[in-house]
Amino acid sequence: MLFVIKDIRTIVIPSTELVEPVLARNPRAIARLITRAESGDAECRPALEALYAHTGRAQVVGMTGVAGSGKSTLLDMLTVAARKTGRTVAVVAVDPSSPYSGGSILGDRIRMNQLSGDPDVFIRSMATRGALGGLARATHDAVDLLDAAGFDMVFIETVGVGQDEVDVVRAAHTIIVVSAPGLGDDIQAIKAGLLEIADVHVVSKCDRSDAAKTIKELRSMLTLDVDLNRKRAWPIPVLATSSEEAQGVQELLETIDRHRESLETTGEIVQRRRSIAETRVLQTAEAFLRGEFAKHRDGRVSALVERVMAREIDPHGAAQELIAGLQTEN
Amino acid sequence: METTEAKNIIRVLIAKVGLDGHDRGVKIVARCLRDAGMDVIYTGLHRTPEEVVHAAVQEDVDVLGVSILSGAHMTIFPKIIELLRQNQADDIILVGGGVIPDDDVAELRKLGVAEILLQDTPPQTVADTIRDLVTQRAPR
Ligand SMILES: Nc1nc2c(ncn2[C@@H]2O[C@H](COP(=O)(O)OP(=O)(O)OP(=O)(O)O)[C@@H](O)[C@H]2O)c(=O)[nH]1
Ligand SMILES: [Mg+2]
Repeated sequence: MLFVIKDIRTIVIPSTELVEPVLARNPRAIARLITRAESGDAECRPALEALYAHTGRAQVVGMTGVAGSGKSTLLDMLTVAARKTGRTVAVVAVDPSSPYSGGSILGDRIRMNQLSGDPDVFIRSMATRGALGGLARATHDAVDLLDAAGFDMVFIETVGVGQDEVDVVRAAHTIIVVSAPGLGDDIQAIKAGLLEIADVHVVSKCDRSDAAKTIKELRSMLTLDVDLNRKRAWPIPVLATSSEEAQGVQELLETIDRHRESLETTGEIVQRRRSIAETRVLQTAEAFLRGEFAKHRDGRVSALVERVMAREIDPHGAAQELIAGLQTEN
Repeated sequence: METTEAKNIIRVLIAKVGLDGHDRGVKIVARCLRDAGMDVIYTGLHRTPEEVVHAAVQEDVDVLGVSILSGAHMTIFPKIIELLRQNQADDIILVGGGVIPDDDVAELRKLGVAEILLQDTPPQTVADTIRDLVTQRAPR
């Protein structure tokens, strides 16, 4: 385990020197590199690049659902079940940053303590830092890093979502949508956007007496939506779970694994991988452009704005000139 | 590559270790640290020293804040310090909170607790102290 050649406690270790320890699954190295990826520091890019070559083995599972639906509790139980099959497990749990201070309170770990101390379980909390899709910008980097580190399963817990925060679809191979009884007047709590993205629906807290109603409504909504089921070789299951005696959790794990098999046999896994890769490229490019625009704001951007103001050039032309300028420079 | 978010946000893990059963105080502190722009990982009640140290390592926190009201601080803090060493993580700044007699405060500082913030410390002071401790520490 003590793979860190230099002492991470006393010096600033260059990120590239963390690559080997990450591959050896050293927890401090993994944790530090995730922090650097989060900070957006260019210094860590070569290290992440080196690690990317080692990715592609992990089974990546996204878990989403409205706030308080029981995602973290379920992940805790799923982790226990997956460990029993001998697999190593990592979790990236995302919570929102405060738009006022930029700080956050990350509380998912409160529910994830059953396997604390198990070296084959790695849990990391992450704040959104202004990203709007239910994930943080660094979530993808963290997932890749954990994949490279050799974790067999990587779970992503999104923020408690509404209907638009569905970026997890382009971050994971299997999507679980968790709903709970009593969170809304009725099944409308499972917002339309969420209904469609699920590979597996879970109704949690089925120890509660109103759970049967939620399950029934969800099932009938899925049958009504003929399109949703005709499109897929995979009929979307609705499972019931409870934290009491981990009810339904084993079945959920088996269902996740069957979904994975189905993706492999139908070949859809390739499309999903492609869509994740595409998102990574486009999001990174966007972030890069935003950074460049910020950098040139007082210089080149300002000069172009002046010319637009003077009606020498229109905004569209100015934008094209701005981008052309970046291309010649890089 | 440049991004618009290139900055380091202070990460703090706050834990309650021991048997005492309410977390109103630490939740107030957590909110205050969030409002001071920090990422606060809150792990809930009744954590063991092992759980806290493992979480602190995985979360790569700058500061580990442990609140103890049960009177067991003279066994729990040394245990946490020992575990941090074992995990090569004793660069994480350990801050204690709760109800701790003066004599013990001196002793705990000697053992390696960076700062002790007693129960009635104003939350803003907690935030300022944490920021100062992190600023003084060597970069990482
Ligand atoms: N009765 C019952 N309560 C549950 C169950 N699962 C979770 N809860 C409770 O529901 C609340 C929310 O659970 P979490 O696991 O934190 O939910 P979450 O979806 O992760 O919440 P956010 O991350 O805040 O969106 C907690 O008080 C849990 O104890 C269950 O199966 N039965
Ligand atoms: Mg949660």
